Amino acid sequence: MIPTVPQPAFAKWCYRAYVTAFFIYLALPLTVVCVFAFNNSVFPSLPWEGFTLAWFFGTEAPFIGVFNERSIMRSIGTSAFVAFWVSAFAVTVGTCNAFLFVRHDFRGKALLYMLMLLPLIIPGVILGISILVFSSSVANTLEDATGLWFDGLRPGLILVILGQFSFITTFATLVISARLQKFDPSLEEAALNLGASKIGAIRQITLPFLLPAIVASAVVSVLMSFENFNTTLMLVGSDSPLTITMFDKLKQGSTPVLNAVSLLLIIISAALGLLSLLFQNAKR
Amino acid sequence: MGSDRSRLGFYLLLAPILLWLVVLIILPHIGLFLVSISEKIGPREYETGFDNYAAFFTEPLYWRTFARTAIMSIMATALTLILGFPIAYYIAKLTRGRTKTTLFLMCMIPFWVSELVRTFGWMILLRETGVISNVLQYLGLVNGPVEMLYNDAAIMVGLVYTSILFMVVPLVTTLDSLDDSLIEAGYDLGGTSTSIMREIVIPHAMPGIVSGCIVVFMLSLGNYLTPILLGGKDSLWFTGMIYTQFITRFNWELGSAFGFLLLALSSLVVFLGLKFSGQSLSETMGRP
Repeated sequence: MIPTVPQPAFAKWCYRAYVTAFFIYLALPLTVVCVFAFNNSVFPSLPWEGFTLAWFFGTEAPFIGVFNERSIMRSIGTSAFVAFWVSAFAVTVGTCNAFLFVRHDFRGKALLYMLMLLPLIIPGVILGISILVFSSSVANTLEDATGLWFDGLRPGLILVILGQFSFITTFATLVISARLQKFDPSLEEAALNLGASKIGAIRQITLPFLLPAIVASAVVSVLMSFENFNTTLMLVGSDSPLTITMFDKLKQGSTPVLNAVSLLLIIISAALGLLSLLFQNAKR
Repeated sequence: MGSDRSRLGFYLLLAPILLWLVVLIILPHIGLFLVSISEKIGPREYETGFDNYAAFFTEPLYWRTFARTAIMSIMATALTLILGFPIAYYIAKLTRGRTKTTLFLMCMIPFWVSELVRTFGWMILLRETGVISNVLQYLGLVNGPVEMLYNDAAIMVGLVYTSILFMVVPLVTTLDSLDDSLIEAGYDLGGTSTSIMREIVIPHAMPGIVSGCIVVFMLSLGNYLTPILLGGKDSLWFTGMIYTQFITRFNWELGSAFGFLLLALSSLVVFLGLKFSGQSLSETMGRP
């Protein structure tokens, strides 16, 4: 079944029909989520009651639009805060890791590399509970020993940031290492010969070369952080990020406000995703 | 002096990764294990023992949920492979240039969107007042509303949907590297479509199949949203059980034991998959 080998027309059509059906299957859930954000009804379901933008801008109950729904706007802020720090830490550590793995040879490198990949194969829920258990026992020990309170180690945003950071860093490391491997070290040597310091050469030659990968991994980190649910669920305190707020609302019964938030999320994530691909392709 | 300075640089680079792995990965998992083998005998008094694990094996609800989660994850993995393979083959072998990029992108976009949104979409489609039920009534195929949510089939649809990309991408990558002339040669030598598939294409795609299956199985096993939201209240999923022990019951000792069992199963599957296919973790997972 390749283009150069003729196939019966019937088989070809069946195959095409299957591929089409598959893409409909892929698009269907997202399409209905988007469409019902504009339905003038208090339930995200048929019948279609007419087009409205009330679920975005509405101010009167029950049509309170997403931009006027305090709890959702606040959780978007929380998510953005978490995503910013996760991305900043993950990219910084990821860049250091890339230099370590690409530029240095040392005993135990293979072992360390394997350990670095481990977060990929640990289920998110387990990552969450292990950090929860560990930080709570550290907090208990410290509180018993000093008599002070250590709220930062109790479920809350700090733990959410640490939990997401713990596996997103692996992705950042892989993306940045891949780019650093393609770097020609003679460029850096030339800079050194021309009198640059080691740090100066890295800052002016190597880091600009890495920039597309750094930006791409920062974008991917923000995306993964925004969407993370499993790890966050176990570590969340009183300030909940967007996915947790939406989950709670969904369990209570859904209104088209959730569709409106989802539509915004779809647009933002598609834009970020395309952006990250653009930056990753820029390297070729 | 130069070597001293590069030494210092090396340790400066080593520090963040060690800090990350030791503080956030290794120590927490050791801690989790220690909690899982401690038994509460009084307020803030604990004893070491395997009672939590014993509770898992003696209480049918626990191990049955565990088995159910594992079996449904295996089924979801098999289904994802069967549904995803033709798509990957189509993208890799039957399209070129622009079409190929577009189809590949169309596969990826749903996966940039939060899993919550995707699951919400399936809820709107499948529930009693949902789109599919309405369409069926409109077409006159059914008389009253049909509830398609809150059963195992709905969970399966959701699980396959959530993880199919992780099957399609590695398959496209391996199938792309298969030279068309090998398939042509197969036909020239009198092979049929079936025998070529069996003897040329599938063996070549094996690394992709294995890594896809490993990832999909892990994702299904560790999934929380899909089984809880699409399966409804009575649907039991092991991650849900861990959540209940931790957050609702506040029985962290038993919850930790559950967590460790799930981790053991998922690691075992990864290990067996890699061993069986002769691949290493870096090859399978180390591709961004």
